[in-house]
Amino acid sequence: MTTLDPSVTEGGRKPAPLAGGLSSAVLLRATKDAFVKLDPRQLTSNPVIFTTWIVALLSTVSAVAAVVSHQPAGFAIQIAIWLWATVLFANLAESVAEGRGKAAADSLRATRVTTKAKLIIDEKTGTIVPTPAHKLGVGEIILVEAGDVIPTDGEIIEGVASVNEAAITGESAPVIRESGGDRSAVTGGTTVVSDWIKVRVTAEAGNTFLDRMIAMVEGADRRKTPNEIALAVLLAGLTLIFLIAVVTLLGLGKFSGVAIDPLVLGALFITLIPTTIGGLLSAVGIAGMDRLLKVNVLATSGRAVEAAGDVDTLLLDKTGTITFGNRMATEVIAAPGVRPEAALRAAVSASLADETPEGRSIVELGRNQGVVVEVPAGATSIAFSATTRQSGLDAGSMSWRKGAVDAVYRSLALDPKMIPAEVNAAVDRIARSGGTPLAVSENGVLVGVIHLKDVVKPGVKERFADLRRMGLRTVMITGDNPVTAAAIASEAGVDDFLAEATPEDKLRLIREEQGRGRLVAMCGDGANDAPALAQADVGVAMQTGAQAAREAGNMVDLDSDPTKVIEIVEVGKQMLITRGALTTFSIANDVAKYFAIIPAMFVVSLPALGAMNIMRLHSPESAILSAVIFNALVIVALIPLALRGVKYRAVGAGKLLSRNLLIYGLGGLVAPFVGIKLIDMIVSSLGLA
Amino acid sequence: MNWQGWAEIALTLGLAVAIAWPLGVYMSRVWNGERTWLDPVLKPVEALFYSAGGIDPKKSQTWHAYALALLAFNAVGFVMVYAVLRLQGVLPLNPQGFAGVSPHLAFNTAASFVTNTNWQSYGGETTMSTLSQMLVLTVQNFVSAATGNFWADLIRTTLYVLLPLCIVLSIVLVALGLPQTLAASVDATTLEGAPQKIALFATASQEAIKQLGINGGGVFNVNSAHPFENPTPLTNLITAVSINVLGWAAFFAFGRSAMARKDIRALVAAALILLSAGAAAIYATETQAPPALVAAGVDASVNMEGKEVRFGAPSTATWAAMTTGASNGSVNGMHSSLMPLGGAVTLFLMQLGEILPGGIGSGIAIMVVMALLAVFVAGLMVGRTPEYLGKKVEAREIQLAMLAVLVIPLSMLGFSGVAAVLPEALKGLMHAGPHGLSEILYGYTSATANNGSAFGGLTANAPWWNTTLGISMMLGRFAPIVAVLAIAGALAAKPKLAPSAGTLPTDGGLFIGLLIGVILILGGLQFFPALALGPIVEHFQALAAVASVH
Repeated sequence: MTTLDPSVTEGGRKPAPLAGGLSSAVLLRATKDAFVKLDPRQLTSNPVIFTTWIVALLSTVSAVAAVVSHQPAGFAIQIAIWLWATVLFANLAESVAEGRGKAAADSLRATRVTTKAKLIIDEKTGTIVPTPAHKLGVGEIILVEAGDVIPTDGEIIEGVASVNEAAITGESAPVIRESGGDRSAVTGGTTVVSDWIKVRVTAEAGNTFLDRMIAMVEGADRRKTPNEIALAVLLAGLTLIFLIAVVTLLGLGKFSGVAIDPLVLGALFITLIPTTIGGLLSAVGIAGMDRLLKVNVLATSGRAVEAAGDVDTLLLDKTGTITFGNRMATEVIAAPGVRPEAALRAAVSASLADETPEGRSIVELGRNQGVVVEVPAGATSIAFSATTRQSGLDAGSMSWRKGAVDAVYRSLALDPKMIPAEVNAAVDRIARSGGTPLAVSENGVLVGVIHLKDVVKPGVKERFADLRRMGLRTVMITGDNPVTAAAIASEAGVDDFLAEATPEDKLRLIREEQGRGRLVAMCGDGANDAPALAQADVGVAMQTGAQAAREAGNMVDLDSDPTKVIEIVEVGKQMLITRGALTTFSIANDVAKYFAIIPAMFVVSLPALGAMNIMRLHSPESAILSAVIFNALVIVALIPLALRGVKYRAVGAGKLLSRNLLIYGLGGLVAPFVGIKLIDMIVSSLGLA
Repeated sequence: MNWQGWAEIALTLGLAVAIAWPLGVYMSRVWNGERTWLDPVLKPVEALFYSAGGIDPKKSQTWHAYALALLAFNAVGFVMVYAVLRLQGVLPLNPQGFAGVSPHLAFNTAASFVTNTNWQSYGGETTMSTLSQMLVLTVQNFVSAATGNFWADLIRTTLYVLLPLCIVLSIVLVALGLPQTLAASVDATTLEGAPQKIALFATASQEAIKQLGINGGGVFNVNSAHPFENPTPLTNLITAVSINVLGWAAFFAFGRSAMARKDIRALVAAALILLSAGAAAIYATETQAPPALVAAGVDASVNMEGKEVRFGAPSTATWAAMTTGASNGSVNGMHSSLMPLGGAVTLFLMQLGEILPGGIGSGIAIMVVMALLAVFVAGLMVGRTPEYLGKKVEAREIQLAMLAVLVIPLSMLGFSGVAAVLPEALKGLMHAGPHGLSEILYGYTSATANNGSAFGGLTANAPWWNTTLGISMMLGRFAPIVAVLAIAGALAAKPKLAPSAGTLPTDGGLFIGLLIGVILILGGLQFFPALALGPIVEHFQALAAVASVH
């Protein structure tokens, strides 16, 4: 059963195979990787950190030169160390973010098939040749029997089997796969538990779902997303602006009779350029993908995750997403002359042996209204059949029946004119509201009507109200008639609905929405959903769905939970928010750094500028060192935030902005004043500068 | 400081915005080709120009074509001025027999002319150079798919906006006592009996275009401090208001044409807050007792050095802020004589990139660039790809916006850094020490911002200064223009997105505060170290000197 309540989803989900924890092994590997990434060739894609690398190298040269020429070198050495630390911390952020993916990829690799596939070389005779999985070609037919691991992706052309897909989805309950229809796709790495199937290979070796999954999880072909590129351009531009500001100080300082130590100038430069966001940028992106993996969603690209944050319209299938998908009893209307309680008791009695969800919902309704009926001794259950279209219970002289209204009337041999007007009115009302009426009889007498309806999941309405506040429009898609659809839509609080929807209608709706300048997300599983999935900006295919759907969408939900699309939107938003928050924080930090370094840099030659040392830092050296240390440590301090993401709240953009601006903008202004002052106190009390 | 002073500052700044509002609506109608009440008179004239120039005003241009037309227009102007100055010696109509101007001065003058920075010139030429900064039309294309036609924009702006406004303002100024004559001077006898030639010229009309066109080059060397250019507090108010009025009007016109009135009002509010803060800061510094006078035992509560007594501190402070905020460059007091922090404010207002409110169109254009950056940095914090006026802000726009923003410190600080150590350049300075550094900084800042006001003290007519200041002017003018045109082109090609509750609001107080923060931190903070070595250290040194006396 799926649910929209996030807490239930979170707690009730089986452990995903992809959600590696942040274990000490992962951390150890990440630390090692951080040093490997010091190779400048690996840093060229990150201009800010690459610049830091160059300045760290130059400062090391200057420290070495001071040592060699027996000049005081303590300050230069410390600056150099902390500049290298800045680069290392940025590398660490990235490798920690990658670490979880790598661990998950390792466990996926372990599931790759090593046994030989049973290739059918002659269909008539069924001759089988054992062949290694990686030698299978597209279009070849293989036989997979109980106990075999399916060697590669394919389509069942013959047979039915139950398949354990835990390797991919984490769900250990086997699913039925059969030829024809939407359940014919099988995935390499999953195991046939019973029966046998003939499978036509649909993926080339190295390009199977499992291969792509490993690549995505590992981030092997991680490309920068559009927004990430734009942000990198901004950061590179800022780096250039500060380069101009710092380099020109050489000339301006000389004019003013200030001898500026190039080491100090380098330190000023590094503290001013946005190293914080520069160091954390890629980690934020990787962590965003990682958060999707944790909820068991595979995105084919970071671009798709980003688009999820921009989505304006959500197309949601009614069944399974908005409603439970089973009709449930909500009331029993008594026939004239029958006490309501007696009618309810009859309805419950008729359902005692009924194990269908509808039947159980009737018993449940009775229990909720205080009517509990024990199964009478020696009772026999009357099962539902297609001819009688009713079911019930016989016990001794008593008998109860419930079923389709006309079927019950017929079995009671009721003259239509004899039916009480109240009962007819109730049946009409239920039908008009989109529900299903069931007639109930006791000992051959009509006693009432049960109202079965499609029940909206609890919490759905609130969730949609949240979405509306976030600026998302929800559209319910259903095959029901417009009357039923309208009733459920208004109960669930969706903004719009599409009734009697065909796949073509869905596609048309998506195009219309996009034509109005909106981005659309949807989920689907059938082969006929494929065009719509491809057209949507975010198309989430169900893992259990058809192969065509899985290829058309840009995300695959391994849990096959249609409500997941809401979480996906939140993850997308969270990723963008985290980037924005860290950028704002990083840029706002500069104000304090100016006030720390500028007076320190000039005060020896121009004592009057000592008045600008508003933080009352101990000495020029301690001020500069403290700013550099703060600059390095703040990256480490923010790694958890970059990985976890800034908490997303479903409120309007205005509220969200004012909140985040207060925390990361104002916080970014104030934090370094406090931090640098504290570090200065420690540095000076330890006698480091 | 007194309440009258504050009231005067508020009145002057507020009046400019109040007049600009309806004027902006009119300008928007002109640029959109809608009906205006001047149509009966001007339509035939306009048509005449089109047929003479073979222009189809309805044929819209791509941003490339528009940019090329704009650059070509300026290039022709540049070459003409350069050629006339160089060939002056051999050209006819040269009764005084002037020789040709040196190449570096001719270059500087031509650059100054096409960038509308500042030069002594007469109405016609000034008008033409005013048009070189006309950008508003292309900025409108941020939201509409079609780009306008440069030539049509040029002709309409001249005929429907500049010409009528200049005529009205000239008449008002003549009525208030400004000379308007073709006679160059009158002879007078002073009280001591000595004969004196008093220069007159067509001052009123020149004053009108100088102020409205954000040109700033006055008839007289002391500019609007001269009693013929600016005789009374009333003319001071009117001419001060006219510095900013077209700049603000361009904001409002853009808002109307782009159907983004609320968003543009937020930009106006942010710019007005910064400009008011600048004026208030100058007023506050100028009404402190100057430390040097205090040290000398003189009782002085106001710094009156370099100020006209008929205007005083509030008028000078307001004018100084308005002229540096708008890249105008006219002055009614000497900026070099402002207190160090007052001087720092004028420098800083120019360094922000002439957006408060800047020239006709160029101000709003750069302001939109700042808004794009603000939206981009903070807009992510609402969890969507940032968008402004319904258009997504992506890598290309950010690249171009950063280019526009980058050129300003490159030119202002880059040249200053080199000049500060170049003996050739240092010869032009009057002062050593921090005030000398301020002279250098002010020179390149003023040139890059196309302001044209001088700090005094700098003798710029030398090869190094003429050449580099000329380059600064061109960089400061054309690099942002081309970047902004390219941004407009990129945005015009994007679909307009529908706003929702999840869209970052760009019209409220929150956005105004955010924008101010971004302007100060991204647009201004990089100048802080340089300012620290110039006016800021001068300020603290003066305070320290006083403290040592007591």
